[in-house]
Amino acid sequence: MTAQGGRRGQWLRIVAPAAVGVVVLAAWQALVVVYRVPAYLVPSPLLVLRTLVSDRVLLFHALASTLGVALAALVIAVVAGVAAALVFAQSRWIETSFFPYAILLQVTPIVSIAPLIIIWVHDLWAALVLCAVVVAIFPVISNTTLGLRSADPGLVDLFRLAGASRWQTLWRLRVPGALPYFFGGLRIASGLALIGAVVAEFVAGTGGASAGLAYQILLAGMQLNIPRMFAALVLIAAAGVALFAASGALAHAALARWHESELPRDS
Amino acid sequence: MTGFVAGPAVIELSGIAKTWPNGTRALAGIDLAVRRGEFLTLVGPSGCGKSTLLKLIAGLTHATAGRIATSEGRPRIGFVFQSPTLMPWARVDTNVRLPLDLARMPRARADARVADALALVNLAASAGSLPRELSGGMQMRASIARALAAEPDLLLMDEPFGALDEFARERLDGELLALWSAQRFTVVFVTHSIQEAVFLSTRVVAMAARPGRIVDTWEIDEPWPRSAAFRLSPAFAAHAQRLSLRVAEAGGGEPGGAVAQ
Ligand SMILES: Nc1ncnc2c1ncn2[C@@H]1O[C@H](COP(=O)(O)OP(=O)(O)OP(=O)(O)O)[C@@H](O)[C@H]1O
Ligand SMILES: [Mg+2]
Repeated sequence: MTAQGGRRGQWLRIVAPAAVGVVVLAAWQALVVVYRVPAYLVPSPLLVLRTLVSDRVLLFHALASTLGVALAALVIAVVAGVAAALVFAQSRWIETSFFPYAILLQVTPIVSIAPLIIIWVHDLWAALVLCAVVVAIFPVISNTTLGLRSADPGLVDLFRLAGASRWQTLWRLRVPGALPYFFGGLRIASGLALIGAVVAEFVAGTGGASAGLAYQILLAGMQLNIPRMFAALVLIAAAGVALFAASGALAHAALARWHESELPRDS
Repeated sequence: MTGFVAGPAVIELSGIAKTWPNGTRALAGIDLAVRRGEFLTLVGPSGCGKSTLLKLIAGLTHATAGRIATSEGRPRIGFVFQSPTLMPWARVDTNVRLPLDLARMPRARADARVADALALVNLAASAGSLPRELSGGMQMRASIARALAAEPDLLLMDEPFGALDEFARERLDGELLALWSAQRFTVVFVTHSIQEAVFLSTRVVAMAARPGRIVDTWEIDEPWPRSAAFRLSPAFAAHAQRLSLRVAEAGGGEPGGAVAQ
C-alpha cells in the first residue's frame, strides 16, 4: 500500500462510523417527529443538542467533576497497580498470597461496597475517587504482572549469563517487555474508572460541589427532564470515548516503533 | 599454525544426566571435557539433547546427576541461542552492547567494541535499525555480534548459522574460524550440517537420542588454516562419511544422505 492508500484507510476509519452515526441520528429525528413521540419519553437528537447548549453551565460543570474523579482514580489505579505488579513479580509467594484479594476486589460489585466506602471516608470527593480506583485497578495489576512475568526466557538466560543484577533484569528487560501488556490494562482501566466514578456518584446521590453527571441524571429523572438526562448521557459517553482514545494514543506513542500491536498493517 | 594442540580442560562433565521436570530424559551418562582453545562440535539427531548440553555447560540449568567441574574458575561465557533472542524494543547496537552495559563497561569503550563486532558480522550499516527491520539471518548475525562483543573465553553456539543460506553460512564459517585462530577462545558449536562440523572443528562429538548420549568422539586432525580446498580433499570426505554414519546409526537419517558427494 502507498502512503496515500494508508491515509485513505485512516479517513475511512473516521468517515465510515461517522456516516453510520449520522444515518442513525437522522432516522431517530425523523421517527420522533413523524410519530410525535413526546419529549418526556424519547427526546429528538436536536432537542438533546439544544439542551446541551442551554444547560451547558450546569452540564459541563458536572462533566468536569465526573472527569476529575475518573482521571484522579485512573492515575491512582495506575501508580498503585503498577507498584503492586512490581511487588508481585518479585516472588511467586507474594503473588499467590495477595493475588486472590485483588480478584476479590474485582468480583465484588462496586454498588455493594460503595455505600461502605462513602460512610467510612468522610471526604466525599475522596470516597468517590476510592470507589473508582477499586473498579479500575484490577486490569492494571493483572496485565502488568503478566507482562513482567512474560519476558523472553532466552533473554532472561542471557541476562543471567552476563551476571545481571535483579534490578538490571527488571529495568532493562522486564519493564520494557511489560509495556504492551500494561497499555492493554490501561485501556480497560480508563473505561472502568469512568464507570466507577459514575456508579459511586449514583450511590452517593449528593449534589453540592462534587455534583457530577450521575447526580444530574438522577435529578433530571426525578424532575422528568428527559432531554437533560439524554444530554448528560451523551457527555458520559463522550468522556468515555475521550479517555479510551487518550490511553490508545499513549500506547501508540510508547510502542509504535517496535510492538506488533501498533505497527502499520501494510509494513 | 598447521597442527592444533588443545590446552587443559576448561570445563569437565562426568556422568552427567539430565531429566526435565516433565520426565523427558534429555541426557544420560555424558562424559566430556572441553579443552582450552579447541573448537568442539556436537552433531546429532534432533532432540538428542545438544541444546540441553550447552545449557548445562553454561550453568543455565542443573544436571540431575553427575559433576561439572571448572578448572580455572568460571570462564566468561558467550552464548548464541538457536533463535536470535534480541530485545525487540532496542536498536541493534543497543542489543549488541547489552552484555557490556550489564558489566557496566564505560560507554566509549563499549561503543568501540560494538562497532568492531558489528563490522565483523557485516552489520555495521544496520546498527541503528530495530530487530524487526532485519531479515532472520541478519538478526542471527546480530546475536553473534552480541556474543563476540563480550570477548568470551568460552563461546557456546547453538546452530548459529542454521537459518542462513549456504553462501552466507560458508562465509561466516570462514570468518568465525579466522576470529577463533586469532583470539584462541574455546568454542562448543552445535550444527546439523556434517560439512560445517568437519570444516570448523578440531574435534567432533556424535550424539544419539533417547536418552541423549555420546556415541563417538574424535579429532579432525587436519592442517590449519583451512581453506575451500579442504572441503574437496579425501580427508574431508572420510571424516564426513564417518560422522554421517555415526549420526545415522544413532537414528538421524540415512547413512551418507547428508554428505555432499
Ligand atoms: N525446558 C524443557 N522442558 C522439558 N523438556 C525439554 C526442555 N527442553 C528440552 N526438552 C526435551 O529434551 C530433549 C532434548 O532437547 P534439546 O533441545 O536439548 O534437543 P536438541 O538436540 O537441541 O534438538 P534440536 O536439534 O532439534 O535443537 C527433547 O526431547 C526435548 O523435548
Ligand atoms: Mg537444539
